[in-house]
Amino acid sequence: MADFGGTDLDAFRADTRAWLEANYPKSLNAPMGEDEAPWGGRKMVWKNPDAKLWLDRMAERGWTAPMWPKEYGGGGLSKAQNKVLEQELRRLKARPALMSFGVWMLGPVLLEYATEEQKQRFLPAIVRGETRWCQGYSEPGAGSDLASLQTKCEDKGDHYLINGQKVWTSYADQADWIFCLVRTDTSKKHEGISFVLFDMTSPGVEARPIKLISGSSPFCETFFDNVKVAKEQLVGKLNGGWDIAKRLLQYERQNISASGFGGGGGLSLVEAAKKELGVDGEGRIADGDFRARLAAHSMDAHAFMLTVRRAEAESKQGSGPSAAVSIIKYAAAKMNQERTELLVEALGLQGLGWEGDGFSADELAAPRAMLRAKGNSIEGGTSEVNLNVVAKRVLGLLDHQ
Amino acid sequence: MAVLTEEQTMLRDAAKGWASESAPVGALRKLRDSKSKQTFDPAAWAEMGQMGWAGVIVPETYDGSAFGYLGLGLILEETGRTLAASPLLSTAMIAASALQLGGSDAQKQAWLSKIATGEAVATLAVDEGAHHAPARTALSATQSGAGYVLNGTKTLVLDGEAADLLIVAARTSGAPGDTNGVTLFLVAGDAAGVTRSHLSLIDSRGAAKIAFDGVEVGADAVLGEVDKGWAVLEPTLDRAYAGLAAEMLGSASAAFDITLDYLKTRTQFGQVIGTFQALQHRAAKWFTDLETTRSCVEAALEALDAGADSRALASLAKAKASELVHLASNEMVQMHGGIGMTDAHDAGLYMKRARVTEALFGGASFHRDRYARLMGF
Repeated sequence: MADFGGTDLDAFRADTRAWLEANYPKSLNAPMGEDEAPWGGRKMVWKNPDAKLWLDRMAERGWTAPMWPKEYGGGGLSKAQNKVLEQELRRLKARPALMSFGVWMLGPVLLEYATEEQKQRFLPAIVRGETRWCQGYSEPGAGSDLASLQTKCEDKGDHYLINGQKVWTSYADQADWIFCLVRTDTSKKHEGISFVLFDMTSPGVEARPIKLISGSSPFCETFFDNVKVAKEQLVGKLNGGWDIAKRLLQYERQNISASGFGGGGGLSLVEAAKKELGVDGEGRIADGDFRARLAAHSMDAHAFMLTVRRAEAESKQGSGPSAAVSIIKYAAAKMNQERTELLVEALGLQGLGWEGDGFSADELAAPRAMLRAKGNSIEGGTSEVNLNVVAKRVLGLLDHQ
Repeated sequence: MAVLTEEQTMLRDAAKGWASESAPVGALRKLRDSKSKQTFDPAAWAEMGQMGWAGVIVPETYDGSAFGYLGLGLILEETGRTLAASPLLSTAMIAASALQLGGSDAQKQAWLSKIATGEAVATLAVDEGAHHAPARTALSATQSGAGYVLNGTKTLVLDGEAADLLIVAARTSGAPGDTNGVTLFLVAGDAAGVTRSHLSLIDSRGAAKIAFDGVEVGADAVLGEVDKGWAVLEPTLDRAYAGLAAEMLGSASAAFDITLDYLKTRTQFGQVIGTFQALQHRAAKWFTDLETTRSCVEAALEALDAGADSRALASLAKAKASELVHLASNEMVQMHGGIGMTDAHDAGLYMKRARVTEALFGGASFHRDRYARLMGF
């Protein structure tokens, strides 16, 4: 991994540490509430103005998208420098300056497929957190079979006209713009799809939140009724959107996996189990069966974490997402579902509260996180689809003839 | 695969080539069919010695290459792929580790060079019951004059019949279950009072049951400190766990590769069976387990090389490898169908070896329990 001068990197670390210490607002040291996630965009209400200050300072250095080229507002950092930055941010226990589908998913494909004008127009605004993006992929009849999508996009000479419906559009009600897969040729399946960008305030766009079993509403049904879209907002070739879509999904799965799905309140599984199930004379969780299952889960989680780390170490500089990503998404979903189930089980009756008195905030968060986690093996490609991808792309097994 | 140095890659490739040409699965089958009581082929072991594999973790002063645990793990993985029968684990990994961790200069002088060059076979005699339980050591060592007298029995001693050197865990104080009061002794394999009997195991490798009946040793036979043998034994066992896990990873990988080939060639209902989604998903899950286990094995070996606390990682690696070979050998037979049940097919050899390596040095349950304790629950 010695493709950089050690001294230069040491200097970069020293500079970075000094700058972060001087610029990270002290008021952000408190735990970040769920309503404080820094998604940016026009509708963002900054509960703590320092969070906005932190975003602006980081964005000015391009460090909300540290490895993007500087000409589009990015930080221009090498992989090694980016790792140092991540380490220093972790060391500070810094909150993210920006959470952004634009940075995680759209930006990387724009860098690869967009025209120079499109890059100039969209990327810097993403870096600065000015535009919040949502993803218009799934439709009621096109989930795992995404290429069956029907949302119609017609060429009207000087513009496109879009009609149809999307579903599971994450935060569509909060987003400023959408990157959207549309059908531009009905005679072909995969080769009739295009990738377009448009403003969510365009006339004819409507987003309705969907309430989930966990009680939250991160997703929407999104309707398009004669939405006019300028032609220069098509990315890549007309009918060439499927390749872009697949590439973006790789970034999405990588991002979902890297996040480890988190959530579920601040409770430690071990501490919760010890408290509610009791301990034996040696300080071990008294319920032997639960302890054994917790140990098995902890080992799987440990193995998963080591695998993520190994995949990172092995992925060569600048070669995009690796094939292992599909394994990681599948495993991450399984881990998170097991973890949240075990926490609810460990809490016993204290893990079954929905709201109100009698439960701590962490206890109330546990069952909701468990319920929310059921979506982990569905969103971003179901576990079955991910296993198909591994079987076909990694193991070379063929389709049924 | 970990990010390997050029030398490590060369070592692995050499091991891969040698194992497939000189010690293929057929060699184990031949050993079995010869009804030999040998647990390995001496000629193959001599070749491994000449290639320097017995001295991979031994310092250069004792004729080793000081190439580290990851290096030895790469060889163990390759020999595990073909189920190659050799004392690489018992001698080059475990005994060499114990001597380096606890040996006096004289003890190292006496044994390490011989181990590194493949002249001597050495092994650890630790378990006494049906399950790996090092703290339950009961074999007694009582002081007698300047030395000690050993009485008791050890079972499933790897390469115990061929060993020139036995490293024996004995109790000098305390009661079975205590980690205090365990002492390690170096005992010559042919010492008076040592009776070695062959245990014919399902994997055709065998092991020895060894009775110690008034075996007299001098004070210079103590490896490490009296009553404080745990300080050497536990880290030695961590190396055993990690090394064996590397071997198991190799076996599981080979079982996977052989099965994947079969999925791509066998036809039923006019289809190659690998096109059936039911089998594709099982193969993909198996592959996921292979990948996550590989991460654990490599992390344990790397931690050993770094001198870090590797206890939890070693148990993690052994537990995951135990689950993996269990799954791999079962899936190998099932996906092969009837042919996998025949003695003529290699699937059975992988199945039998898997069961032995699962139980050896602690099964998944032992290591889950140890991991949980180390993690504080």
